[in-house]
Amino acid sequence: EKTKTNFFEQLSKAVVGKNTVDEAVLDDLETLLVHADVGIDTTVKVIDRIEARVARDKYVNTSELDRILREEIVALLEDNKSGSTAVLDRAGSTGQPYVIMVVGVNGVGKTTTIGKLAHRFHSAGKTVVLGAADTFRAAAVDQLIIWGQRVGVPVVSHGMNTDPASVAYDAVQKGVEMGADVVIIDTAGRLHNKVNLMNELSKIKRVMQKVIPDAPHEVLLVLDGSTGQNAFLQAKEFTKATEVTALAITKLDGTARGGVVIGISDQFNIPVRYIGVGEKMTDLQLFDRHTFVNSLFKK
Amino acid sequence: MFDNLSTKLDRAIKTLKGQGSISEINVAATIKEIRRALVDADVNYKVAKDVTDKIKEAAMGRDVLTAVSPGQLMVKIVYDELTALMGGEKQDITIKGDPAVILLSGLQGSGKTTFAGKLASFVKKQNRTVLLVACDVYRPAAIDQLKVLGEQIGVEVYSEVENKNPVEISRNAIEYAKKNNKKVVIIDTAGRLAVDEQMMREIEDVKAAINPSETLFVVDSMTGQDAVNTAKTFNDRLNFDGVVLTKLDGDSRGGAALSIRAVVEKPIKFISTGEKMDALDLFYPDRMAQRILGMGDVISLVERA
Ligand SMILES: Nc1nc2c(ncn2[C@@H]2O[C@H](COP(=O)(O)OP(=O)(O)OP(=O)(O)O)[C@@H](O)[C@H]2O)c(=O)[nH]1
Ligand SMILES: Nc1nc2c(ncn2[C@@H]2O[C@H](COP(=O)(O)OP(=O)(O)OP(=O)(O)O)[C@@H](O)[C@H]2O)c(=O)[nH]1
Ligand SMILES: [Mg+2]
Ligand SMILES: [Mg+2]
Repeated sequence: EKTKTNFFEQLSKAVVGKNTVDEAVLDDLETLLVHADVGIDTTVKVIDRIEARVARDKYVNTSELDRILREEIVALLEDNKSGSTAVLDRAGSTGQPYVIMVVGVNGVGKTTTIGKLAHRFHSAGKTVVLGAADTFRAAAVDQLIIWGQRVGVPVVSHGMNTDPASVAYDAVQKGVEMGADVVIIDTAGRLHNKVNLMNELSKIKRVMQKVIPDAPHEVLLVLDGSTGQNAFLQAKEFTKATEVTALAITKLDGTARGGVVIGISDQFNIPVRYIGVGEKMTDLQLFDRHTFVNSLFKK
Repeated sequence: MFDNLSTKLDRAIKTLKGQGSISEINVAATIKEIRRALVDADVNYKVAKDVTDKIKEAAMGRDVLTAVSPGQLMVKIVYDELTALMGGEKQDITIKGDPAVILLSGLQGSGKTTFAGKLASFVKKQNRTVLLVACDVYRPAAIDQLKVLGEQIGVEVYSEVENKNPVEISRNAIEYAKKNNKKVVIIDTAGRLAVDEQMMREIEDVKAAINPSETLFVVDSMTGQDAVNTAKTFNDRLNFDGVVLTKLDGDSRGGAALSIRAVVEKPIKFISTGEKMDALDLFYPDRMAQRILGMGDVISLVERA
């Protein structure tokens, strides 16, 4: 593994004072980005942009180059304008619960992220209701109920093998009755290439709108940070079925870098809202573009 | 994504046409195209480099048939190399001892618990008595999850609700199996990160305490470049016997499979293809190669030519 300094030293040697970037160095940059799961298309895009800037600015020195590279990648990441603090502020301010529907493929960390989010809102003094609409996976309801107990928030459930849409409906209804600030709906993991299961998600979404017409206010797609290029297809299909509004990337406490979200954010204009960094309820952080890009180059 | 690979390869070795055979000069651009296609299928970058070197070697001097385009011929060469790299033939798990013990390991959410149920069902169908053991003492409702699956397939689940020590639980489970005439014991463990020293030591200790005849590493087929790091660490710590590739009912190319095989040199033994208890298959290297490449039609075309 090349160190960061080594990499930038090499990169700069090949560019500084020149107006083209030499092939070998671009190959190194390609290696670095691809290793972080950034993917070939996005990597090529970054390289093209750097070449264009080097050609235009003519003289580039080492620190400039470092800055340019980071800037170019940060620019690909959708600005998290609304930010999660804004979500926190908004929650409850309209007199109606702020409804978050959580979706994603199997095992990415949806239920755990919901536990963490519930803790986050609850700690900020918001009232939270959870909806156990994963009625399929073995003991999924129990898992969410345990999270509800940990955090100290109510969980609406109809038990296993019941209609998920009707659980979601009741959870939103309960949120309204209680005057809750936030309602978070857990859904069963599903692979995005399964048409029936994707249609079921659209249905869950529609049913909630019978209670609150503009619900869900957030559709949070959870992506496993160690996922490779398949995450693109996940983003595409879940967006088609549910109009995803934000992303959460989990398991970034491991060695995976989650670079695939750069291309996803760029292509679908969906901001990354949260990152998961562990299994405890406090292991959720707000996504920061600059921190994320820096971590791509660490080690 | 890369269904037009053979078209790209055709373009990349355009100069080849009329020359009759593949040479160093005309193959360079093609090799780069292939490397990129593999990386896009989540084959580890370094592995992709090694593989393409091998491919280049294999391609050199090959005569170009008139019935197929050079690009198509290259695809076939790539396919053959990938198949060979994944071990050629399928390999079975070792069920040995009294009772025989099988230990499962892997990252969080990879599909261990689901696979534990499937494997128990698979073994049960061979008319062996099975015991599932719940050694995940961390995840909320992990024991319940295994119990629900056990009930579905009619296999008993051993658990100790108050005990937070997986080493003790697994030891006790084996004693229980001996007393109750269970011939195969399958141990489900908590998901863990390779960098979590304490958790990695825990599973090392479990393995040392129970001496399994088969230790399996369960990995999500959608995993990207990190698959190699993770598999390497788990293998260093556990010296596992085989790999289980899950969620292949999705549309990932599954390049992680090739990378793991190439880096730890352990066979892939099972593939998991759904959430239901019967969605389990043996692993066939040629099918996986075809999937990573995503070009079944071209391969059969060349095979016929
Ligand atoms: N290390 C780590 N583990 C996590 C993180 N988020 C979730 N997990 C673990 O990943 C596993 C799966 O998490 P779940 O929350 O059950 O995932 P899910 O998406 O709800 O899964 P399904 O409902 O089965 O599709 C569990 O073992 C979690 O503890 C994270 O940020 N870091
Ligand atoms: N589509 C599909 N889903 C699968 C497959 N194998 C497991 N799953 C699902 O993936 C999710 C995670 O599976 P688990 O068996 O709970 O994974 P695990 O490795 O035990 O997770 P932890 O114990 O939290 O580390 C669940 O939703 C399973 O139903 C598979 O082959 N295909
Ligand atoms: Mg869940
Ligand atoms: Mg499990």
